Amino acid sequence: MKVLLSWLREFAPIEGDPAFIGDQMSDLGMAVESMDVLGVGLGDIVVARVAALRSHPDADRIQIVDVDAGDGELRQVCCGAFNMAVGDLVPLAPVGATLPDGMEISRRKMRGQWSEGMLCAAGELGLDDGSDGIMILGNGTTTVVPGQALTEALGLDGDVLYDLEINPNRPDAMSVAGVARDLAARLGVPFALPDPEVATTGEAAEGRVRVEIVDPDLCGRFCAVVLDGIAVGPSPAWLAQRLGAVGMRPVNNIVDISNYVMWELGAPNHAYDLDRLSGGTLRARWARPGEVIETLDGVERTLSPGDGVIADGDDAAVGIAGVMGGASTEISAETTTVVVEFAWWDPMTIARSSRALSLRSEASSRFERGCDPAIAGLAARRFAELAMAVGASLAPGMVEATGSVAVTPTVRVRPDRVNALLGTSLDTVDITGAIGPIGFGCTAATDGSGGLDVTVPTWRPDTSTETDVIEEVARHIGYSTIAARRPARATTGGLDQRQQLRRRVRGVLVGLGACEAMPTPLLSADDLAVAGLPVDAVTITNPLAAEESLLRTSLRPGLLRSVAHNTSHRNPSVRLFEVGRVFVMPTGSPLLPGSPELASAPVLPNEPEMCAAILSGEAAPAAVTVLDVLADALGVDVELVAAEPAGMHPTRSAEIRQGDTTVGLVGEVDPAVVDAMGLEGPVAWMELNLDALTVPDATERGYRSVSRFPSADVDLAFELGEHIPAAELRRAIIHSAGDLLVDVQLFDVYRGAGVAQGTRSLAHRLRLQALDRTLTDGEVGAVRQAVVDHVVAELGATLR
Amino acid sequence: MTNPDEHPLAARLDAVAAQAAAAVDAAADLDALHAVEIELTGKRSVLTEAKKELGGLEPEQRRVIGQRVNAVRTEVAQLVQTRRDVLAAAERRRQLDHERLDLTEREPARAGHLHLVTQARDHLEDVFVGMGFTVAEGPEVETDFYNFEALNLPASHPARGMWDTFYVELGEPGTVLLRTHTSPVQIRVMEATEPPIYSIMPGRVYRRDTADATHTPVFHQIEGLVIDKGISFADLAGTLDAFTRAYFGRQVQSRLRPSYFPFTEPSAEYDISCVFCGGTGCRSCGGTGWLELGGCGMVHPNVFAAVGYDPEVWTGFAFGFGIDRMTAQRSGVDDLRDLFTNDVRFLEQF
Repeated sequence: MKVLLSWLREFAPIEGDPAFIGDQMSDLGMAVESMDVLGVGLGDIVVARVAALRSHPDADRIQIVDVDAGDGELRQVCCGAFNMAVGDLVPLAPVGATLPDGMEISRRKMRGQWSEGMLCAAGELGLDDGSDGIMILGNGTTTVVPGQALTEALGLDGDVLYDLEINPNRPDAMSVAGVARDLAARLGVPFALPDPEVATTGEAAEGRVRVEIVDPDLCGRFCAVVLDGIAVGPSPAWLAQRLGAVGMRPVNNIVDISNYVMWELGAPNHAYDLDRLSGGTLRARWARPGEVIETLDGVERTLSPGDGVIADGDDAAVGIAGVMGGASTEISAETTTVVVEFAWWDPMTIARSSRALSLRSEASSRFERGCDPAIAGLAARRFAELAMAVGASLAPGMVEATGSVAVTPTVRVRPDRVNALLGTSLDTVDITGAIGPIGFGCTAATDGSGGLDVTVPTWRPDTSTETDVIEEVARHIGYSTIAARRPARATTGGLDQRQQLRRRVRGVLVGLGACEAMPTPLLSADDLAVAGLPVDAVTITNPLAAEESLLRTSLRPGLLRSVAHNTSHRNPSVRLFEVGRVFVMPTGSPLLPGSPELASAPVLPNEPEMCAAILSGEAAPAAVTVLDVLADALGVDVELVAAEPAGMHPTRSAEIRQGDTTVGLVGEVDPAVVDAMGLEGPVAWMELNLDALTVPDATERGYRSVSRFPSADVDLAFELGEHIPAAELRRAIIHSAGDLLVDVQLFDVYRGAGVAQGTRSLAHRLRLQALDRTLTDGEVGAVRQAVVDHVVAELGATLR
Repeated sequence: MTNPDEHPLAARLDAVAAQAAAAVDAAADLDALHAVEIELTGKRSVLTEAKKELGGLEPEQRRVIGQRVNAVRTEVAQLVQTRRDVLAAAERRRQLDHERLDLTEREPARAGHLHLVTQARDHLEDVFVGMGFTVAEGPEVETDFYNFEALNLPASHPARGMWDTFYVELGEPGTVLLRTHTSPVQIRVMEATEPPIYSIMPGRVYRRDTADATHTPVFHQIEGLVIDKGISFADLAGTLDAFTRAYFGRQVQSRLRPSYFPFTEPSAEYDISCVFCGGTGCRSCGGTGWLELGGCGMVHPNVFAAVGYDPEVWTGFAFGFGIDRMTAQRSGVDDLRDLFTNDVRFLEQF
């Protein structure tokens, strides 16, 4: 919402440094997004009158303009625009002037003709009002005169344009008057809404115009006035300039006045050409299914029963309620009489309707927040006042119909509650002082409770509860006046086990040289397919792009893609890891939309938290090492069971088991996947499901005393069939060695001469030790024999 | 009696003593030194022979010459030891020189790096944990109820337009979505526990925003919730101020400006004084001296109603802000998309 300081000042004597005023508005919750002092650099520009227009003898695209800059002398200016007529008043940058962009104007020849200055377009003066060509300041009928400084002619002197961000709960601040009211209260200066006296002439509106509310839940109030003697033409320069400054493109005097009143008073309104309005009738009703209307922007729109329309005497729609008028009754050059609508529409309807139609307008953005239902009369008089200045006259009377409008509530406000919520010590006087000036009526409650009965003004439909009022109190005493303090309760914070685990996991992986990646969890079906994973994922209904239309079921596609990115940037060997959630479709039979069980069915996917590491250019054992270190750091015992998980190398992968639970997988990515993604293989992979993994609490881990007695080592090399995992041998050794075994290490693997075909030699060193004695040779021998017997019998291995 | 000094044995001993130093010094290595030592003190040496001959001498001569033998032997032993130390040190040095390694003759090994967002999140968690907060988490796929309705955003609420939402094909159409903020975790925490509550809720959130330098559809937020008896807006201001100073630095200030969020009232924007210019105004803060960080406010009574808390007994505040943009800006990362491309040249810098 853009406001001009000069415009604000029409409602309150707002003085002070523009920056200070801006700070006050920000502090009131109307954040100043930008502040521009207007007229800066325009000091050299004067008003000139076009005395004659002549064609350039040697150029088609420029003409020669003789202008009078108030000194009675005509000077010749060459100009590339053709939008002015003799008698028009235009801005002239005389020789020696400097434009806001720093350009200096000198006397120069254009195609052989002297140009004594430059006529300016609004954009060249930093006053973009959306118009093309040279800025027309009037044609002698206004107060603007040749020789006048442009800033004076436009009333720009020292004017300041603020662009304010208005929150949805501030419908009142969607108007210049509303902003002025808030600001005046903060600055402690009086605020007044001028109510113009407007003389009426001609035939009364009643009888010429009929208004009717068919659906009272759509329209709360519908008022209309009639203006005669309309001469459609350009607006006065000051009005066009103001509208242009706040971002409304000037159209013609009637449309501009309509917009001006909306901007000034927050009262969106609509002018219909009465002669084109069938039956002179305006009826507010719900749209019919499929009802079609061509709106002012020339677009034909199909309506639904959720939209409201204004219909004419033939019950044909001539406007979409609160959103946009129709083309059929649009103001044109031929218009002589207009009927102007001032209505109050149901905010929810307008919000829904403008969203459904994808049609947002300045009117809809105001109606959906909630306009002041009481503003119609004042807005109509203001419209008439401005219209009369361009020659129109107001017909006597305003026709009106009423629907249902929420009654302005009276809210009980307890000072204790105010102070409890704000941490203040305000009394009823303070509260009244804070919100009285913005129109909240405060009277002491008659029940002796010490509370206040607060009447909410009609322009604050957002306010209906005690808390709403308390927010207004806080806003107006100023958030910064509330003394900060800390909660009194002493609490103990901390991370829970999972949060600590996550940090440990990350720390270990970082220590192993892996960088943490954060790929997007949004994938395409192709991402899953290329990674060799099933395309069975939660689907996004309204994705931004097909590439991001599924929720990941695995961290692998994202990390593979990250490796691919690095590979394409000549870093094919990277170690990356990620800790994050994947999304698993909720189990149970899929329910069809609308089925009665759906309401109670678990609709949310399972979101297990996964940890994965990818090592490009490294083979499966590297990933197993990562797992080993991680498992050791976390104090978990896991086993590997050869497996062929989807997307993984079928003979170089294993499931990670903790007891009977599969908690992850490790190995190499399927070489076909590696090729398909253009990676430089092999690519080692490890993933753990942190939700499935049971991590012992460090304090719960058992302690085994360290023996002070000597240990004995036994080396055993077995030839073991290739089809039996080495882990089986280790398990068998541990199983059979008994309590004296304190450590076992695989220290040699040998294949080749001297070892039977189809087997390999696995040499383990068993360290035996007792807590209470030095072991005898007999004891050591017995363990050795037990292990050999067991391994040979159980695994068919041969002792070398 | 012959003067012992004139005994021929004495002369031989003197000769040994006189030559010993030169002989020992002449030994170039330990082996040569060993040979010299044997020559001087071995079985066939003058010293050994002299000792054998002592038995044939008169007692007084035996005493004097015996002392002389011992003195020379001690002297020789000292010379040898001193020389041995020198030679051993030289030998050790030679050996060590042979073992020399150029410790720079290698590619530097590298640690991995935590993601910039993780580092920021951990730091934020640590600061709040230090302030007595626990950390709560919730699902990223949420129901409309938790993401909107319980937060005082009923289906018809126009303010729903403040969040561009991804919906997923689960449940009734339009009822299951990717959470647009971490606020649903507030509801889950309140449903699951009784006050008092002092918790923060960090996590990943989703908005249907086209990615550009300042937006990504997937990003991270942190949310805070305090519910207790006697909690007021003043406590909110104080808590955020304490956090601001702890996280951003003692000199950084916070301020609250009126704003609007459906789930809080009064609501506020939470700004901090610009960490780049110190508040004097610069490009980063658009010349205002302040950086907009997030939103906050007193928990709305309708939110309390949704979870069955009595707003007359309990009051509370909530706050939240985005992690990615804040930490990217602080680190000088000018395109948020770089955070999620996972280029090691980026990741290794943090």
